[in-house]
Amino acid sequence: MDSDLISFASLAPAYPELFLAIGAVVLLMAGVFIKNASARLVGVAIGMLLAVTVLVIIQPATGVLFNGGFIQDDFARYMKALVLAGSAFALVLSVSNAVDNGIAKFEYAVLVVLATLGMMVMVSANDLMVLYIGIELQALSLYILAAMKRESARATEAGLKYFVLGALSSGMLLYGASLIYGFTGQTQLDKIAEVILLSDRSVGVIFGLAFLLAGLAFKVSAVPFHMWTPDVYEGAPTPVTAFFATAPKVAAMALLIRLVMDSFEPLAKDWQQIIIFLSIASMVLAAFAGIGQKNLIRMIAYSAIGHMGFALVGLSAGNLVGIEGVAIYMAIYLTMNIGLFACILSLKSNNGYVRNISDLAGLAQTRPYVAAIIAIMMFSLIGLPPLAGFFAKWHVFLAAIEAQLFVLAVIGVLASAISAFYYLRVVKTMYFDAPEQEFVPIPGELAFVMGITGFLVISYYLTVGRTLVDFANVAAGSLF
Amino acid sequence: MTLPVFFFYIFSGIAIASAVMVISSRNPVHSVLFLILAFINAAGIFMLAGAEFLAMILIIVYVGAVMVLFLFVVMMLDVDFADFKRGALQYMPVGVIVGVILLIELLMVAGSTFVSPELAAGSAMPINNAVSNTQALGEVLYTRYVFLFQGAGLILLVAMIGAIVLTLHHRKGVKRQDIGEQVARNPKTAIKVVKVKSGEGL
Repeated sequence: MDSDLISFASLAPAYPELFLAIGAVVLLMAGVFIKNASARLVGVAIGMLLAVTVLVIIQPATGVLFNGGFIQDDFARYMKALVLAGSAFALVLSVSNAVDNGIAKFEYAVLVVLATLGMMVMVSANDLMVLYIGIELQALSLYILAAMKRESARATEAGLKYFVLGALSSGMLLYGASLIYGFTGQTQLDKIAEVILLSDRSVGVIFGLAFLLAGLAFKVSAVPFHMWTPDVYEGAPTPVTAFFATAPKVAAMALLIRLVMDSFEPLAKDWQQIIIFLSIASMVLAAFAGIGQKNLIRMIAYSAIGHMGFALVGLSAGNLVGIEGVAIYMAIYLTMNIGLFACILSLKSNNGYVRNISDLAGLAQTRPYVAAIIAIMMFSLIGLPPLAGFFAKWHVFLAAIEAQLFVLAVIGVLASAISAFYYLRVVKTMYFDAPEQEFVPIPGELAFVMGITGFLVISYYLTVGRTLVDFANVAAGSLF
Repeated sequence: MTLPVFFFYIFSGIAIASAVMVISSRNPVHSVLFLILAFINAAGIFMLAGAEFLAMILIIVYVGAVMVLFLFVVMMLDVDFADFKRGALQYMPVGVIVGVILLIELLMVAGSTFVSPELAAGSAMPINNAVSNTQALGEVLYTRYVFLFQGAGLILLVAMIGAIVLTLHHRKGVKRQDIGEQVARNPKTAIKVVKVKSGEGL
């Protein structure tokens, strides 16, 4: 048998993963032997994640490794950079409030790094088995993170719920994968496509495809596989929720894109139906269900479901513009959510952290800076020009129109308009209601994250927009 | 009758008999022990079929780990098994349906071998008899599948971290053994000589 382990240099495309895996183990050892080092270890983990982000961006080594199981191309590099940056910022958000949230343990940083490693494996998966290993590495770490605040019954419930539903989704995914393997005789994604292309359209493969997509829809929390999202987001400690809502979504979306574009390209008509259904259901349900929410985190959970629906609009188009749109969408979604969670985590009063939307009453008078950033994020999440959220939606809807999916685009715009109601209610509560409580001063790093994400969202068109579109174009181009 | 056939009937006979004993014995500890016997006989059947790796894994994983865990649970926890069995009759219909479905599936699998033997013969990946199972696995595990192997290792590491994070309590006031301190004791610090007046005690 041939192996890639003949020389260290031949592993160049996998350097980021190797670095992170070794780093995670070193962090774990440091945590075990150095007492009270959790805060410092979070700092080291942030540094490590950012270093790997830079490595992924500047190191151009691409290729297929490990007998076709692992692929590093421009698409993987783009998505990995997003995942790594998302994880690093999610760790930054946890620094000031780790003790209050019961996550001031050194294992927190280690588990975030291991989850990130799992996401990178997902993004680079070129084989059904690698895909599953990546998903499990990521998901197991996330279950533990959700339940880490042991004394809180809600967090334990969230962890358990996430675990049970995650196991269910893994079961569906594995069932689909075994059907695909049974009917094509291949587990490698590009080889599956070759077999499908050569053989007749078989019901077994379609069955397997449907189960695979259902399993992955759990991971991106697309309707009707979204039920766990609000409960888990609400129950888990808020900094952990900030992590859940950002990096894993990007990784799962990247995996979904690679799977349907690489393996099931010949069956485009079949998976497009499923993706279009998931997309419409997510957009519409989230737009209506978000209206009834009083809890801020639950509202954000429904917002996340809706945004996954919008991103899937780009994927259902299935063309270069569509994939490029999804890539841009995920980057902007990540930025908006990091900014929003930075704002929420900075609002601590004498009664603890804000939980309900009504806790934000009169924020414009007590904390004008935070209120302004939240308002900007809300307007961007609605998709109002000239903010970043508008361009994200613009790209995916453009792709849908190019692919002649007019109904989908119209439903998307309508859902966007309906969801504006609950986003605007937050703005109304902040600016027109009377203040009720005093907040403690904002930690410096959260103010920095708010400032930087706010600046990027406002000035998207003038500053980073062009570069991001170029990057996304190269990334999407490597899949065609 | 050849020797393998003779052993096959011995192994399967004991396996079925101990499987019956698992569900019929009143003492849960006996049930677990009979389950172990059933597993060991199943391992014997695997051995006869030429799957020596599966046989060893069955003994190491099921008998060595899972069954010991079962025994721990049965012996450590005060579970009233008679209480469990009391309500069992109301689940009878569901159990019968599942049993019938399973039986039909088994008959279909067995039937297909008899009806069309060419189906069972034509397997996509013919077994290579030149190398043993263990060797065949060893040849690909660290070469072709090294990435998956290491990934699975990381997943196990995460599981271990998770088990510790979610269950380990650092309680205060717990008395722990400190071997250094024990060894450093000497008669001067450890023993106190007290003069006791006769008839008074301490």
